[in-house]
Amino acid sequence: MSVDILMPALSPTMEEGTLSKWLKKEGDTISSGDVIAEIETDKATMEVEAVDEGTLAKILVAEGTEGVKVNAVIAVLAEEGEDADSVEAKGDAASADAKEDTSSSDKEEAASDSADKADEAEAPKAKVLNDPSIPEGTSFTDTTVRDALRDAMAEEMRRDEAVFVMGEEVAEYQGAYKVTRELLQEFGSKRVVDTPITEHGFAGLGVGAAFAGLKPIVEFMTFNFAMQAIDQIINSAGKTLYMSGGQMGCPIVFRGPNGAASRVGAQHSQDYAAWYGHVPGLKVVAPYDAADAKGLLKAAIRDPNPVVFLEHELLYGNSFPVPDLDDHVLPIGKAAIKREGTDVTLVAHSRMVGFALEAANILAEQGIDAEVIDLRTIRPLDTDTVVESVKKTNRIVCCEEGWRFFGVGAEIAATVTAEAFDYLDAPPARVHQKDVPLPYAANLEAMSLPDADDIVAAARKVCYVD
Amino acid sequence: MATKSKSTKKAPSKASKAEMLKYYRDMLLIRRFEEKAGQLYGMGKIAGFCHLYIGQEAVVTGMQSCLKEGDQIITGYRDHGHMLACDMEPKGVMAELTGRSGGYSKGKGGSMHMFSKEKNFYGGHGIVGAQVPIGTGLGFANKYRGTDNVAVAYFGDGAANQGQVYEAFNMASLWDLPVVYVIENNMYAMGTSVARHASETELFKRGISFEIEGEEVDGMDVLAVREAGEKAVKYARSGKGPYILEMKTYRYRGHSMSDPAKYRKREEVDDIRSHHDPIEGLKGQILEHGHATEDELKDIDKEIKAIVKDAADFSLESPEPDPSELWTDVLKDVEVA
Ligand SMILES: Cc1ncc(C[n+]2csc(CCOP(=O)(O)OP(=O)(O)O)c2C)c(N)n1
Ligand SMILES: [Mg+2]
Repeated sequence: MSVDILMPALSPTMEEGTLSKWLKKEGDTISSGDVIAEIETDKATMEVEAVDEGTLAKILVAEGTEGVKVNAVIAVLAEEGEDADSVEAKGDAASADAKEDTSSSDKEEAASDSADKADEAEAPKAKVLNDPSIPEGTSFTDTTVRDALRDAMAEEMRRDEAVFVMGEEVAEYQGAYKVTRELLQEFGSKRVVDTPITEHGFAGLGVGAAFAGLKPIVEFMTFNFAMQAIDQIINSAGKTLYMSGGQMGCPIVFRGPNGAASRVGAQHSQDYAAWYGHVPGLKVVAPYDAADAKGLLKAAIRDPNPVVFLEHELLYGNSFPVPDLDDHVLPIGKAAIKREGTDVTLVAHSRMVGFALEAANILAEQGIDAEVIDLRTIRPLDTDTVVESVKKTNRIVCCEEGWRFFGVGAEIAATVTAEAFDYLDAPPARVHQKDVPLPYAANLEAMSLPDADDIVAAARKVCYVD
Repeated sequence: MATKSKSTKKAPSKASKAEMLKYYRDMLLIRRFEEKAGQLYGMGKIAGFCHLYIGQEAVVTGMQSCLKEGDQIITGYRDHGHMLACDMEPKGVMAELTGRSGGYSKGKGGSMHMFSKEKNFYGGHGIVGAQVPIGTGLGFANKYRGTDNVAVAYFGDGAANQGQVYEAFNMASLWDLPVVYVIENNMYAMGTSVARHASETELFKRGISFEIEGEEVDGMDVLAVREAGEKAVKYARSGKGPYILEMKTYRYRGHSMSDPAKYRKREEVDDIRSHHDPIEGLKGQILEHGHATEDELKDIDKEIKAIVKDAADFSLESPEPDPSELWTDVLKDVEVA
């Protein structure tokens, strides 16, 4: 059977090219891999290799021809045992490209069709669960955020042999911030693994272990250093489920302190919530108090997806009541109303929740009743709780420790503007770090970081009292 | 085409008739599959980046023959050959290349991102070098669970310059992880030759400062690959830690389909193709030993061509993914206790 040789597409964008030279002539024997012609595209001159073997029976497009459409028949090959003189092209050059033309425009239409459909189809909303109710009579113990995180890991490691923790100084040193204190003693060095200083490497190693079904908790000494590993977090952990059509899965937690510590300068002080919150395929959690830290870390460890768990160094030593329950697990993706109010909504995560609560107290003295929402999870973002609150208060201040541009506050402001536009009595306000790398000098650092007074000022502004 | 070898007592440098014919068939399947992929690319049916494995077939075929059930494979974006060697269906692989619902990733991954958990093929990774720590993590999981499985992480000569490779080497050696690192040195990283990108061009030595043994192997000779592979896999399986094999090999085609390949001479390609081709080489040995006649080998070629044609037909008939697939597989559902 004869074989048509088609004008090949030699790059993702090529539609036509010049057939600059034939390197074989009619009657030549060709084996696969032989260069038969040279083609000039918009970018380069490329060689065309034969794929099939046989005799070059007919050349249909002469060398020097310009504007030869991709997929036009340029020659015919007679296969072994065939009479080269009697072969015919199955499609001639003209009809072949005409045919291709229609089929490709069909395809474009089909493609734009389905793009429209996809635009119409909203991203399905994830089911959001409510916090389980705490049984009446449950006692509470004041616990530091540090110990709550530690307890969460220890409980999950007792529960599931596949859970292990790895990172720099997590074992013998007991954790750079003592969050993994005493885990080595209880679980041994197989499950509490001191790594070399090698963020990119151990993040990738963790991803591989998770692909294989283990449940790694990867501690970054701080999230500033996770930038070395961000490729593995986003490209490998975050995208593989999708790229594998649902076959793979990466049950891993990346955790550690995030945001500004104190007087450590720009490279050690940054809030990455917006960075990771940008990425579909990741979950991002940033709790404030100890009970949430514990309940959400337990949920993160059990979650079959990659979870970026952002802690705050300046909260580690703060104590909060934690319920004395055997298994305190909270749903990822649910915000918490930490203070009810009617005049303005203050939305915050992580350490800024503390400032928002402080601001609410100050505002109360001034006759403004603020509602404080702790996002707890950055992705999936509980926009329902925020929008419902705005429908009640008609005003919102979005607070974050990170920079303003493309930040968490920007996303929330856009969402409430789209979903509660008619309820808003003032444009959404944002409180955030000043748009500079965090300075070291005490006075400049204080000027740069947002605090309760900034929130108070912003709330007064959206309430039009100033 | 399962390539799991069961017997380990055969003499290292010699292979039985059945084995030789099997390797011939396996390599030919990769070659014909890749030629067809190139053709479909030329017809605009495959898009984007498409990196062909033609010329390197002996590497993955020889290595696969050393592995057993449960051993894991991971590689970069030049991955079609590895998938076929892992016994993944040619139809499913080709349909992924054409972006159709019948592909291994339902059309959502493409040439560079395909996986089969069932066949222990862990991808398919588009970021140069990323598969090396991930593959090391597969080995970590084997050790953690106490299995005697080995992970094989393939990467290119160019990838061998990535920092994360050395981070992985260090941990693998420190913790004696069962990983075989296979460097497929095809002499170029895109358009940059090894001499232009590597300060130490003998890449098997790259493990020295981590105390990882390394060996150079003729990657154009499937039996040489198998011999080295058996040694390396046995080493890793016995708990001694990682091992590096540098396979000297060559890719005949451009880096990807859109590479005009002006950085090397046509004569260089022709020379290797006519004197070192892995398939022709094995064919010569098969004929010499009288394991098959020319005609019998031609019949194998016909069979393979039919398999590849079926795969291509399937890949064009399989529908595009349903628009609803846009939203699936972003996150797994959380089981509510
Ligand atoms: C991190 C990263 N940098 C650059 C690229 C673009 N790129 C893709 S393949 C490649 C060359 C890699 O060569 P090598 O490792 O020798 O593998 P080969 O293609 O020869 O199989 C480059 C630079 C990439 N995909 N990822
Ligand atoms: Mg290379």
